[in-house]
Amino acid sequence: MDLTFSDAELAFRDELRTWLAEHPPPPRPTEGGDDADFAWRRDWQRTLSDAGWAAPHWPAEFGGRGATLTQSAIYFEELGRARVPLPANVLGLLLGGPTLMVWGTPEQKERYLPPILTAEEIWCQGFSEPGAGSDLASLQTKAVKDGDEWVVTGQKVWTSAAQWSKWCMLVTRTDGDVAKHKGLTYFLMDMEQPGVTVRPLKQITGEAEFNELFLEEVRIPDANVVGGVGNGWKVALTTLMNERAGLGFALQVRLRQYLDDLLAAADERGLLENAAYADKLAELHTRCESIRLLAWKGLTDVEKYGQPGPEGSLVKWLWSDTNQQATQLAADIVGPQALTYGNDWSYELLRARGNTIEGGTTEILKNIVAERVLGLPRLKAAA
Amino acid sequence: MDFGLNDDQRDIQGTARGLVAERASAERVREHAESGTTDTALWKELGEIGWPGIAIAEEHGGQGLGMVELAILCEELGRAIAPVPFLPTVAAAAIIEQGGSDEQRARWLPDLAAGRAIGAVADDTGFVVGGADADVIVIVERGGEEAAVLATAGATVEPIDAIDPTRPAARVTGGTPEALPGDVAAGVDRALVAIAAELIGVCSGSVEMTVAYVKERKQFGTPVGAFQAVAHKCAQMLLDTERARALVSQAAWCADAAPERLHEAAAMAKAAASDAGREVTASAIQAHGGIGFTWEADVHWRYKRAQIDAVLLGGAGAHRARVAKLAAAQARAAVTA
Repeated sequence: MDLTFSDAELAFRDELRTWLAEHPPPPRPTEGGDDADFAWRRDWQRTLSDAGWAAPHWPAEFGGRGATLTQSAIYFEELGRARVPLPANVLGLLLGGPTLMVWGTPEQKERYLPPILTAEEIWCQGFSEPGAGSDLASLQTKAVKDGDEWVVTGQKVWTSAAQWSKWCMLVTRTDGDVAKHKGLTYFLMDMEQPGVTVRPLKQITGEAEFNELFLEEVRIPDANVVGGVGNGWKVALTTLMNERAGLGFALQVRLRQYLDDLLAAADERGLLENAAYADKLAELHTRCESIRLLAWKGLTDVEKYGQPGPEGSLVKWLWSDTNQQATQLAADIVGPQALTYGNDWSYELLRARGNTIEGGTTEILKNIVAERVLGLPRLKAAA
Repeated sequence: MDFGLNDDQRDIQGTARGLVAERASAERVREHAESGTTDTALWKELGEIGWPGIAIAEEHGGQGLGMVELAILCEELGRAIAPVPFLPTVAAAAIIEQGGSDEQRARWLPDLAAGRAIGAVADDTGFVVGGADADVIVIVERGGEEAAVLATAGATVEPIDAIDPTRPAARVTGGTPEALPGDVAAGVDRALVAIAAELIGVCSGSVEMTVAYVKERKQFGTPVGAFQAVAHKCAQMLLDTERARALVSQAAWCADAAPERLHEAAAMAKAAASDAGREVTASAIQAHGGIGFTWEADVHWRYKRAQIDAVLLGGAGAHRARVAKLAAAQARAAVTA
């Protein structure tokens, strides 16, 4: 047991920390809406990419640094700590790239990986559908072979960054006559073509992080199948397994900062003298610390022993729940500000509701823990 | 960063789990719980193999290993609700070792390390867990900053019919307590980690027991564990256990390798483990249904042990009050940085 970083890990962290301090992004644009905001993050990714910091977890042959899991987690912790934005093409860097590295052909890797790194081509993820959320394998978007092309019709939802994307990781049904997990195929779809319609999905915060994606007889060349026809479920799982890997560390640090801000706000108002507030703040602080430890334990157990523990399923559940509790307490502590649009307190109060839904609902996570970690019988309601 | 145990620690864990499963079966625990007695044969055996002294320095007759090793033993004994005064003894020893004078250490540690003497810890309420059998009691005062050591030989010991009878409790008055002049807080923090580690064992055993039960018990023609309401309760039990376990691991490691961080780590570990102990064992009773409320079902010994440990040397609220002060100081530094 050793809860410290190695010298090599500390050197990696210090190099990044120094670089971030010396190359801060310009201030976030206050005008121009979502487009300006995205352009700002795109520029930021170019800055990262030029210095070799866009995707340290990628192998060196693809422009990364071949960072270990631990270094990659340090990378996201440091981005969070420096309060800089995540790179614009986060889905390409975290999900699309690593999926192609596992399943892509040499030609696909050569064609698609470099522009992911530089944010020249943005990626989005076409998995969920109106009728296929937690039960992803029941998706209905259909792809039919036509010569050396596929013709795709259907609807996707929760597609973040679709309006700026060049490529979509698209999972479709190519065979309706086999078991639902077996008839799926994973494609790279060009978003800039007729038949692709992107409609922003306004969420409870008032903004539109996500979109609906309507596909009407969209054509995809056969060369854009990833991992083989009928193998889409396995390829999609590779994508999903990468979903929580690094990002969790950035979110965990963000929660830490939020709590620091909240503790400071409580302190300013003299509320730390109030035992009820002090108790709740200490509970959140303790939970936040256990999230950090569980995240590191989950990662290092895999790295050192090749054995994932139960932590993977527990961290997201605990983080989302804790984040929500923190925003509720913030509303009590900062008062009217948290109830008025236009500041972080009110934004988080609303945005946090999505945390227990996106990336696996808490209910599904509990099912996974019950069935796969505790070995309980297959659940009735999930049959 | 590595949360895993090394080979020696893994050996200790494996040996402990095997030995405890054999010696402290549910039947043995019930027998001693119902008669309100300690398992003196098991206690003698543990003393002979040096368990109570595992973390005590060799110069004082211990094995000179660390808090991580001690936490492993506490967890394994807690898993079985073993009816031995191990936890009170090692908690008392930790405070005497850190806070005692040379003379006090020499007087008590070799006997505690070998299990020849039984120790106990208490706050100043006079309610002493394991006090009925104890030779020496460490009385902790002023929220863990000061403590005194009391030989029970010269004191009045009145047994109390406590809800957890596997460590016969007593009200102890009189005698001549001697103040401990050293770093009492460092000892109390180690004692807190030991208590929290035992609670992790109690929780972990409760999860295992409950999962086994809900797989077996059928209603409506199906194992009740296949119903989400039951399954999700079990998942919550695991989450509560594992998040407390992570904090206990950190605190044990801090005691050995980063003592400057122990104070906060121990408070967080004890707070989380106290809450988890209560929640998880209560859920275990609930998930067992009617049978869980019966004397025969053996679930209640876990609930009772957890209740005692949750309060021992301060409940979750008391430790969170400490955490709040420390966290606020860090936040001030982070926000102004």
